[in-house]
Order: sequence, then C-alpha cells, then structure tokens
Amino acid sequence: MADVNRGNRPLSPHIAIYRPQMTSASSIMVRITGISLLFFALLVVWWLLAAATSETAFAFIDGLLTSWFGGLLLTLGVWALWYHTLGRLRHVIFDFGYGLDVNVAETLGKGMFIGATVLTVLTLIVV
Amino acid sequence: MRYLTDRKRARGLGAGGTGTHHHWQMMVRSMLMTVLVPLFVITLGLGLGGTQEEVLSYFARPFPAIITGLTLVVGLIHLMNEAQEAIEDYVHGAAEKLTLVAVKAFCYTLMAAGLFALVKIAL
Repeated sequence: MADVNRGNRPLSPHIAIYRPQMTSASSIMVRITGISLLFFALLVVWWLLAAATSETAFAFIDGLLTSWFGGLLLTLGVWALWYHTLGRLRHVIFDFGYGLDVNVAETLGKGMFIGATVLTVLTLIVV
Repeated sequence: MRYLTDRKRARGLGAGGTGTHHHWQMMVRSMLMTVLVPLFVITLGLGLGGTQEEVLSYFARPFPAIITGLTLVVGLIHLMNEAQEAIEDYVHGAAEKLTLVAVKAFCYTLMAAGLFALVKIAL
C-alpha cells in the first residue's frame, strides 16, 4: 500500500535541498517578477491618480518617473513585465502538455531571458 | 486497512488546500494578459513623458483608457492570485491569512484608485 510513512514526508516546496537548475530558476524568476510587478502597478496607478488630481501631485511623480532613476526603474519594470508574460505563456504551454522534455524546457527558459531582453530593447526603441 | 483511494487521501493536502479552479483561472488570465501586455506597454509608453494636459487628453481617448482599465482589472487580479500562490507556499498559520487579506486589500485599492483616476480623466 502507498500509505507507508504517511505524515512523515518532506513538505513541498523544499527548494533548499534542490540543485539549482535552469528550469527551476527560470520558474522562480516568474514568481519574483510577478510580485515585483505589484510595486510597478502602484507607481502607474499613483501617476494616473496624480494626473487626475492636481498639478503639484503630477509634477512630483512625473518628475520621478521621467528622471534617470525613474527611467531605470521603468526599464526594469518593463523587463519584469515581458519576462513574466513569457514565463506565464510557458506555463500555459506546459499545461497543455507541450515542451516538457528537459532540453526543450531549458531552451524555453533561455528563450525567456533572451526574449524579455530583446522585447525590452524594442520597447525602449519604440517608446 | 483504509478504504480510501490514494487520490482521495491526497485531496486537499496541497499548500492552498484546493487549487484546481484557481489554477485554471491563472491559465485563462495568463492567456488574456498575453494579448493585453503588449497593448498596455505601447499605450503607457506613448502616454508617458508629456505635460499634464497632454497626459489628460491622451487618457481621455477611448483606446488608451480602455486598454489601461482592462490591464488594471485583469492584470491586478492576475498578480493578486500570483501573490496568493506564493503566500500559500511560504507563509503559514495566522500570518498566512493576514498576509492574504493585506495583499487583497492592496490590489483592490489599486484597482479602485486607478479606475477612479481613469473615469475622472475621461469625463
């Protein structure tokens, strides 16, 4: 029976004892970028609300976002957004049962890093 | 000897208790966001960097306003569920419940504030 050693098994997620792999690292990055995007959502909403409210409120946040530091923040944010989008798309593809072989999954992982970077550069060129 | 199947015994023991519906909702919103994200990046990028009057007249137009509104609602629900998964995995007990409530409050507030701003700009 399968219920030998019930209740004494290691609990998931036990990343601490895992050898870092391309596939797990690229998946963990999806989660990190997803949570950091909440912070960027706050910046965008703040900016919109300030524009709708008053000149001084808008001048403050717009000045911050259009400064070099704001530009750096937004560039990181756009990278996180593209990476997360590609990452979630990969999870959808995995869920439909495709791309699950190790070498395909690793290629997709690398593709996410490269793709997000290319899309960020494209965004910077277009915008 | 228990008369439960292995599958039945495993039910409800995941980090989130139940998660099938949540997971499918994530998949649906992931697919929706794949279309919205490129549209939103272009929309916001074109809107940024102008004077306040330019920004106001830009977001008063239907296309930028609708894309931004859609992204705020669908995107924030998606990120909220993303955060929920992480919390269920790493925070437990009362702290887990309180963190979940705090994240939901934060996301719903952002949604309401963003939508209010859009409505005020558009009208």
